[in-house]
Amino acid sequence: MLDRQLTASATAPADAATASTLTPLLAVEDLHVQFDTSRGVVHAVDGISYTVDRGEVVAIVGESGCGKSVSSLAIMGLLSKPAGRVTKGRVLFEGRDLLKLSAEEMREIRGRDISMIFQEPMTSLNPVLSIGEQIMEPLFIHLKMTEGQANARALELLQLVGITDGERRLEQYPHQLSGGMRQRVMIAIGLACNPKLIIADEPTTALDVTIQAQILELMKDLSRRLNIALIIITHNLGVVARYADRVNVMYAAHIIEHGTADDIFLRPLHPYTIGLMRSVPRLDLPRGIKLETIEGLPPDLRAPPPGCRFAPRCPYRLDACVATDVTLRDLAPGHASACIRADEIVAGALVQAAPPAKSAETAVTIESAEPIVKVEALRKYFSVPLSGSGVFSSKVATVKAVDGVSFTIAPGETLGLVGESGCGKTTVGRTVLKLEEPTDGAIRFAGVDITHRTSKQMRELRRGIQVIFQDPYSSLNPRMTVGQIIGEPLHVYKLVNSKKEQEERVAGLLRQVGLFDYMAERYPHQLSGGQRQRVGIARALALEPRFIVCDEPVSALDVSIQGQIMNLLEDLQSRLNLSYLFIAHDLAVVRHISDRVAVMYLGRIAEIADRDALYADPKHPYTKALLDAAPIPDPRVERARAPRALKGEIPSPLNPPSGCVFHTRCPIAEDVCRREVPQVRQIGPRHIVACHKA
Amino acid sequence: MTAITAPAPSAAARPRGAVLDFAAQQPLGAVSFVIILLMTFAGIFSEWVAPYDPLHIDFAGILQPPSWEHWGGTDAYGRDIFSRIIYGARTALVISLTSSFVGSTIGAVLGIASAYFGGWIDDWIQRLMDILLAFPIIVLALVVVAALKSVILFGIDINLIIAIAIPIVPRVCRVVRAAAFSVRVMPYVDAARAAGYSDSRIIFRHMAPNVVAPYLIMFTAFMAQAILLEASLSFLGLGVTEPTAAWGLMLSGNAADFYREAPWMILFPGLAISLAVFAFNLFGDSLRDYLDPRFKV
Repeated sequence: MLDRQLTASATAPADAATASTLTPLLAVEDLHVQFDTSRGVVHAVDGISYTVDRGEVVAIVGESGCGKSVSSLAIMGLLSKPAGRVTKGRVLFEGRDLLKLSAEEMREIRGRDISMIFQEPMTSLNPVLSIGEQIMEPLFIHLKMTEGQANARALELLQLVGITDGERRLEQYPHQLSGGMRQRVMIAIGLACNPKLIIADEPTTALDVTIQAQILELMKDLSRRLNIALIIITHNLGVVARYADRVNVMYAAHIIEHGTADDIFLRPLHPYTIGLMRSVPRLDLPRGIKLETIEGLPPDLRAPPPGCRFAPRCPYRLDACVATDVTLRDLAPGHASACIRADEIVAGALVQAAPPAKSAETAVTIESAEPIVKVEALRKYFSVPLSGSGVFSSKVATVKAVDGVSFTIAPGETLGLVGESGCGKTTVGRTVLKLEEPTDGAIRFAGVDITHRTSKQMRELRRGIQVIFQDPYSSLNPRMTVGQIIGEPLHVYKLVNSKKEQEERVAGLLRQVGLFDYMAERYPHQLSGGQRQRVGIARALALEPRFIVCDEPVSALDVSIQGQIMNLLEDLQSRLNLSYLFIAHDLAVVRHISDRVAVMYLGRIAEIADRDALYADPKHPYTKALLDAAPIPDPRVERARAPRALKGEIPSPLNPPSGCVFHTRCPIAEDVCRREVPQVRQIGPRHIVACHKA
Repeated sequence: MTAITAPAPSAAARPRGAVLDFAAQQPLGAVSFVIILLMTFAGIFSEWVAPYDPLHIDFAGILQPPSWEHWGGTDAYGRDIFSRIIYGARTALVISLTSSFVGSTIGAVLGIASAYFGGWIDDWIQRLMDILLAFPIIVLALVVVAALKSVILFGIDINLIIAIAIPIVPRVCRVVRAAAFSVRVMPYVDAARAAGYSDSRIIFRHMAPNVVAPYLIMFTAFMAQAILLEASLSFLGLGVTEPTAAWGLMLSGNAADFYREAPWMILFPGLAISLAVFAFNLFGDSLRDYLDPRFKV
C-alpha cells in the first residue's frame, strides 16, 4: 500500500497528460448556495462555473463576503447545516457529481482525493494531539496503513514540506511550533494521502510576509512536482500574481472575470478588477499622491441589485447595465468578462490608463521644527512565567519586547513603523500611548516628559495623543451608539456645554470622516467594517489631537475599503496638521502614507530613513529581505524576481540571538554579527541603520 | 473627499420583540418564565389570590385533607395550606430576590474591579473569594445567621438576606471576573484608557454593560439557590419564624409529626419549592443559551 502511494506520484504526470485532455479534474457548473439567516435568505453563491485541470493552480480572488470561501466549502460538502445549502448546480470531480454522493462516499473523497488547508494555523490543528498523530490520522483512515508505514510516510511528508528534525517534531504539540511551522504541518496533512486537489483558503493571510513567501513557494513547488491541482482562495492580489496559472475574480456571489494571471493583471476587462488593482498601493510603481478607490460598498446579498451587481459602484455605468442580466462572455481565448462594455475596454476606449504618478514627488522634509514626539532609548520588558515552573516557584523569563528604540516625529509628519509580528511595533505604540508603563527610556510629547506620568497627570495631555486601532469590530463598544462613542470624549472633557452642542459636534465629526449625521443613532454592528473604522477615526478626532497612533488601521479591511481609509487619513492630516505614527506590516501601505519609515526586528530598530531613500536603497539586509518578500501584483515583475533569500523563522523573543538579533537569518552575517550588538549609525542625511556591514 | 453611499435609515430594520424571539428559540425557557410570572403574581397579590388568611387558626378544622374548600388541606392549626403557599411565594420571592440581587451585584462589581485593576488588588479579592468558597453554602449561611444579631425590617430578617447573599458573592465574582477579563483586553477599553477616562467611568460605562449577560444568568440561577437556601434555613429554624408563611417553615415543626396522617402538609410546600427552583434554574439556562451568540443561528 505504501509503495503504491509513493510510486503514484512518480507516474502521475504521465497519466495526467492524457487525462487532462479529456475532462478537467474539477468542474463547477452553475453552483448556487443559499444561507437561511434570521434576517432573510442570503444568496452567498449565485451561479458560478469554473474548471480546474490536473496540476493547475487556480486562484479565486475577491473581497470578504463575495462567496469565495462558501463556494469551496460547498465543493467539500462542508457547508454549515442546516442554514447553508446548495440549491442548484453540479460539482464534477473526475466526472462524479460530488453533490449527489452520500455522506459516506463524500468522507471517502475528503482528505483522500481532495484536501483542504485553512487560514488559521493556530486553530486548525488540534491542540491536544501531537503533530505525528494528526499527520498519521488520515493515513490510518483512508489508506489503512499500519503504525510503521504511517510513521515512515509522516517523516517523508515533513521532509517534503521542509521541516527538518522530523523524528522530534512528530512528538511535539501544535503550541510548540511557530505559525509558519504549523502551516507547513497543515500542508503535510493535506498532502498525506496524495490528493489530486488541494483547496487552500487564505493559506498565508495569517502569516508574516517573509514566512508567507516561503509557504507559497512550497505550495507551488509541491503542486508542480506532485502534479496536484491547487485552488487558492485569497483577497491578496500580490499572492495570486506569482503563483496562479488562472484567476477567477468574484464579486457579490458572481464570477465577474476569469482568465490567465497575465490576462487578469495586464489586461483586466472588468471595471471591478481594474478598480481593485488600482486601489492597492504598489511597491513596484512610483507612489501616487492619492489612491484610486472604488466608492461605496458591496451589495446586500439578501436582495442583490438587478443586472450587473457592480453597477452601483461602477464609474462606467450605463442604463443597460441595470436593465439586463449580465453573463460572462469570452473576449479572448480563455479570458472572459461579465461587463457589457468589455469590448470598449478591449479597444482601450473606456478606461483611462492610470494617471502617471508624479515620481518627482518626494516626502516632505521637516527638519527645523521641534519634534512633537521624541522617543529615546525606549525599553519595555515583560515578565512571563516559565512553563514547567511549579505553583510555589516563581521562575520568570523576561521578554524584551522593545529594546532601546529611539525616533522622533515632527508636526504634520507620518512615521511608518514596519516589522513582522512579534517585533514589538505594537508595544512601541502602546507604550507611547501610555497604555503600557515603559521599563526604561524617555517619551516626550510636545517637549513634556510623559515617561512616568500617572494617568491623572496625563489627563490634559491625553487630548493631544489619540489612537486608531486595527480591528474596527472590537475597538467600538458594542453597547454604545455611534453618537455616544464619538460624543463621550467631548462630554468627559467638557468641550461642549449642552446636549444640543454635543450632537452638533458629533454630526460635524461624522461628516468630516465621510459618514452621515443619521448614523449617530446606529450601533456599531449595524455598520460595515469601513464605516466602523471611520467611526474610530471620528472618535480619535473628537479631542482635536495633534498626534495619532495608527495601529494597523487598514489591515483588517478589504482592499477597496483600505484605499478609502488611507485617503481619509491623508486628507485629515493635511487639513488638521496631524502627526501619525503609522504601525503596519504591509510595506506598500506604509510607503504610500509615510514620510519616513522605521523598520523593526525583534524589539530593535533596524533602519530609519526617508521613505523614498528606504524603498529605493535599503541598507539593512532585513529591510532588503522584507522588500524582496513582499508580493507584487504583476506576474511579469514576480517572474523576474529572484527566489526569496530569507530563510528560517523569527527567533523567539524569549531567547533572542546574541549580537545582532538578525544574524540567524541574515545572508551576509559574519562573526562580528554574532558577537556584538550593532550600534545605530548615521549613514546619510536622515538615514540611520543598525548593521555592522551596511 | 471620499464619501460613502449608504442606504437611508430605515425604521423597518428592528427585529421582532425580544420576548417573542426568546420564546421561539427557548420554549422551555418560556414555560419557566410563565411559572415565574405566576409565582410573582401570587406573591404580589396574595391578599386577593389567597382564599383564606394564612394566619387564621381554626382548631375546629385541623389536618383536613384537600377538598373543594381547602385545596391544599389544612395544617395542625387548621390554617389553609394553599393560602400559606401563596403567601409563602411572597416570602420566598422577597428574600431570594433581594439576597440574590445583593450577592450577585457585589460579586459582579468585585469581579470587574478584579479584572480591571489586576495585580495585588486582583490577588486580594480572589484570595478572599477562595476563603468564602471553602465553606459549603449552608454552613456559611448558618455561621452568618448565628453570628449576627437579628434585625427585622418590613417583617423580613435582614440577617437572613445577608446570610444567603454572602455565599453567592464569590461564585458570581469568579464568573464575572472571567468575562470581564476578556472585555478588559478589548481595544475599546484601550481606546477609553487612551482617551484618559477615569477608572470608574471605564468600569461602569464600558465594561459593566458588556458583562451584563453573565451577570443576568448568574442572578437568575442564584434566585433558585436562594429560594432553596431560605427554605433550608427556615426548615432548620434559623430563617423565617412562625407564624409567617414560608415554604421551608411549613415543612418543619409539627409537619414531620403528622406526615402519616396528613401527607399534604409536606407534599404541597415541597412541590412549591421544587417548582420554583426548577423554574428559575431552567430560566437561567435558557437565558444563557439565548444570550450566547455562539448558539445563534
